[in-house]
Amino acid sequence: MNPEPRMLEVRKNVLKQNDVVAHALRDRFRAQGTLAVSLVSSPGAGKTMFLEKTLTLLKQHYRVAALVGDLATENDALRLARSGVPVRQITTGTLCHLEAAMIERALENWDVGRLDILFIENVGNLVCPASYDLGEDLRLVLLSVTEGEDKPLKYPTIFNSSDVAVITKIDLAAAVEFDEQAAKANIQAVRPHMRLLKVSAKTGEGMDDCLLLVAKMLAERLEETPI
Amino acid sequence: MHELSIAMSIVEMAQEEAERRSVQVDAIHLELGALSGVVKEALVFSYEIACGGTLLEGSRLVVTDVPIEVYCAMCQLPKTLPSMQWFCCPDCGTPTSEVIHGRELVVTALELKQ
Repeated sequence: MNPEPRMLEVRKNVLKQNDVVAHALRDRFRAQGTLAVSLVSSPGAGKTMFLEKTLTLLKQHYRVAALVGDLATENDALRLARSGVPVRQITTGTLCHLEAAMIERALENWDVGRLDILFIENVGNLVCPASYDLGEDLRLVLLSVTEGEDKPLKYPTIFNSSDVAVITKIDLAAAVEFDEQAAKANIQAVRPHMRLLKVSAKTGEGMDDCLLLVAKMLAERLEETPI
Repeated sequence: MHELSIAMSIVEMAQEEAERRSVQVDAIHLELGALSGVVKEALVFSYEIACGGTLLEGSRLVVTDVPIEVYCAMCQLPKTLPSMQWFCCPDCGTPTSEVIHGRELVVTALELKQ
């Protein structure tokens, strides 16, 4: 007869190390009056194009910068640098997501002064980034009209961990017969009351709403942290 | 596929704990939420690899699934969701995004060698 197994109670969060760093980053951003916004999506949903446009528009009024994660290339960083704002690449190698410690390291010795808004573009992936807090205040999940309306149902975890859904490439909606109502219903099914934006970074349609959202959040941030 | 790096974190954590308390571990018990973003099968497979050459080689990973539990403001009660594609109260249908459980990725206990 087997005796009862001897158990040692532990109760430890596996991602505690990441969470500790993420909390420290969040506190630091808050103390500096910086708003941190991250972007997640599948590869090719238009994160870089959307961010390039956003940076170009925001830099006229705010001090902005961007960190961009990529498995191997620096192509995205080079594209973002065209906006004229400071950009730093995080090459993840084989890692399919960003972790808080990578953000912390990337910020070291980066002399950009005090920032109003720091954007963090995650690696194109709808699965792994969901598990890692990066210390951001706002997580945008992008869904392009060319991807199919059921993406939220296939990847509920990433939608559930995000604050705002951004439907991108809406200039192509008619051509690909994008069913906007179905996409919206699917987003609401996995994340009720989720805020939704529709944009085309190419034509500029809907960009105002995105900028307004970020500007409004930044104003609230500055109210709590007078610089 | 980030399960291998998660498995390595679990092994590292358990090894530290085992060394600190001078015990030998037979199994690690883990709570895994449906919303953790981690796939159970991939994690169990990765665990075996991550254990190789460590004090935990040959040990098991015992996973307890944690379903999604939300708070329904209408019923004023916690409710378990039958599907992660439908964040509505299973009884009254009110949409809710207030997650109480389901994000767990927690080592709960070490099962010791007899």
